[in-house]
Amino acid sequence: MAEPILMKGNEAIAEAAIRAGCRFFFGYPITPQNEIPEYMSKRLPEVGGVFVQAESEVASINMVYGAAGAGARVMTSSSSPGISLMMEGISYLAGAELPCVIVNMSRGGPGLGGIQPSQADYFQATKGGGHGDYRLIVYGPSSVQEACDLMMKAFDVADKYRNPVMILGDGMIGQMMEPVVFKDDARESSISEKPWATTGNEGRKPNVITSIYLDPEVLDAHNWKLFRKYKAIEENEVMYQTYHEDDAEWFLVAYGTVARICMSVMEKMRKEGVKLGLIRPITLWPFPKAILRQVADKAKGFLCVEMSTGQMVEDVRLAVGGKAPVYFYGRTGGAVPLPRAIEKRVRDVIAGRDPVVTDYLEHNQGGGGK
Amino acid sequence: MKPVYLRPKSLTETVSHYCPGCTHGISHRLVAEVIDELGIQSKTIGVASVGCSVFAYNYFEVDFQQAAHGRAPAVATGIKRVHPDKIVFTYQGDGDLASIGAAEIVHAAARGENITVIFINNAIYGMTGGQMAPTTLEGQVTTTSPSGRTHSVQGYPLKMSELIATIEGAYYVVRCSLHNPAHIARAKRAIKQAFENQIEGKGFSMVEVLSTCPTNWRMTPVEALKWVEQHMIPVYPLGEFKTGEGE
Repeated sequence: MAEPILMKGNEAIAEAAIRAGCRFFFGYPITPQNEIPEYMSKRLPEVGGVFVQAESEVASINMVYGAAGAGARVMTSSSSPGISLMMEGISYLAGAELPCVIVNMSRGGPGLGGIQPSQADYFQATKGGGHGDYRLIVYGPSSVQEACDLMMKAFDVADKYRNPVMILGDGMIGQMMEPVVFKDDARESSISEKPWATTGNEGRKPNVITSIYLDPEVLDAHNWKLFRKYKAIEENEVMYQTYHEDDAEWFLVAYGTVARICMSVMEKMRKEGVKLGLIRPITLWPFPKAILRQVADKAKGFLCVEMSTGQMVEDVRLAVGGKAPVYFYGRTGGAVPLPRAIEKRVRDVIAGRDPVVTDYLEHNQGGGGK
Repeated sequence: MKPVYLRPKSLTETVSHYCPGCTHGISHRLVAEVIDELGIQSKTIGVASVGCSVFAYNYFEVDFQQAAHGRAPAVATGIKRVHPDKIVFTYQGDGDLASIGAAEIVHAAARGENITVIFINNAIYGMTGGQMAPTTLEGQVTTTSPSGRTHSVQGYPLKMSELIATIEGAYYVVRCSLHNPAHIARAKRAIKQAFENQIEGKGFSMVEVLSTCPTNWRMTPVEALKWVEQHMIPVYPLGEFKTGEGE
């Protein structure tokens, strides 16, 4: 086993991509993810790869499309406003069934918003964002180590399903330094494993990468083919972690860095006798519905905590299906939920006090009603 | 009897969807003839754009990617960077290249991407039914300039070859026309040069091809060819704007 090294999240993610066999990066500067392209611009030429700083995020994602269609392991990274610009291209990638990895170190929005960490891009990542019936596979890492592990996995999963994969991080994951172990499984990627890629039609019929099907019957069939693929992904690729699932009466639900804050709250309150558990989705799509439905049978209630005004909470409610109440607590715009604020919210919920949103806003502690 | 005029190997035997009298058919054939003559069919990768040529991949017997509107030069960049030994070309119309894709073409040229761009300029949006293009002439009536394009309202026609020729990274920029056989022969020589440049690693080459749209111009094919000569060429003069020589 390799020695742990201390690395900034963005740089560690970039190194993980290279170890996953990614040799092509197309991107455009935006805070707080600039260390990824910066690292790639230095490292990729050392390993025979190519880094291109594109003229825009629109161009970046279309360069990714070209390279993915040409059979390469390829990625881009950006942050919220830049990801919005990529949405057209992501829809095309999904429609043309091209594998690639997109990192979103999301920041506060809407609009230009801010540059501090946020989870307000959950809807965009998991519910479409671009046009048409498609799904992105979305991972929400909660540590630098997990971000690296998921980065390595993301390229394999993208290739397996011929689908774009998004790593939905936040400014904290990108900017903080943590010890990382790069497991000794660095690998090369091979274009020859992709017989559908446009590589020149030597000895075969031409390959075509496209997403246009003007005949409604053909497009209908294409969309149901994609749907079956998404079903298979839902069956095979769900990832989550549960904490104290066995004895918990109340559950926190959180992903990414917020899940770590919730974990501190959970450990502190458990010492004080509160039977609190935590469910941490790792795949945001496919969403871990089954485990939530399962624990809902015995749970007294759930508190979903996010750096948004409440996005994942909708999926939690759908999964719980009314079996138990689902409460919410959130901060936005780069404000990070404090452990004591979450703890207060947990105590209020357990005591049956569910203050309206404005009570929380007055205390400048974020909001959340049932 | 020896046949003297055959379908190029690089063209499929598909009946095209192009309107009668449209010069896309001629442009496709010229590109296919050049691919055949240079012996690069099995190593050529095309990029289709959005517009009438969106289905170009049905007509060329080579690998193809279909790009989002205006993004063909970015897609071609991705392909070429992965396969620098392959021949990559885009085939784009004026709405695609000069309007929504203006940034992508400018920056592909600025980077000196070693690709070949075939730019079809027929001064109108064909696929969507005859709307004003950035290349629409002053006074030209379209479905979105019903009183004729007026520069005080809709601005001036955009001269892409002149614009791209100012970019250091562009190696070869030429404008030609398909309005008669002599000019068709010249257009073919320009297209061949543009592909040869890429084979030799010279860098970014763009061939602008003045073309017709009889359907949306509301003209017969013969009138349309005359209109190119009489009205388009005075605004879009033919010739080489950059030849790569002396560089």
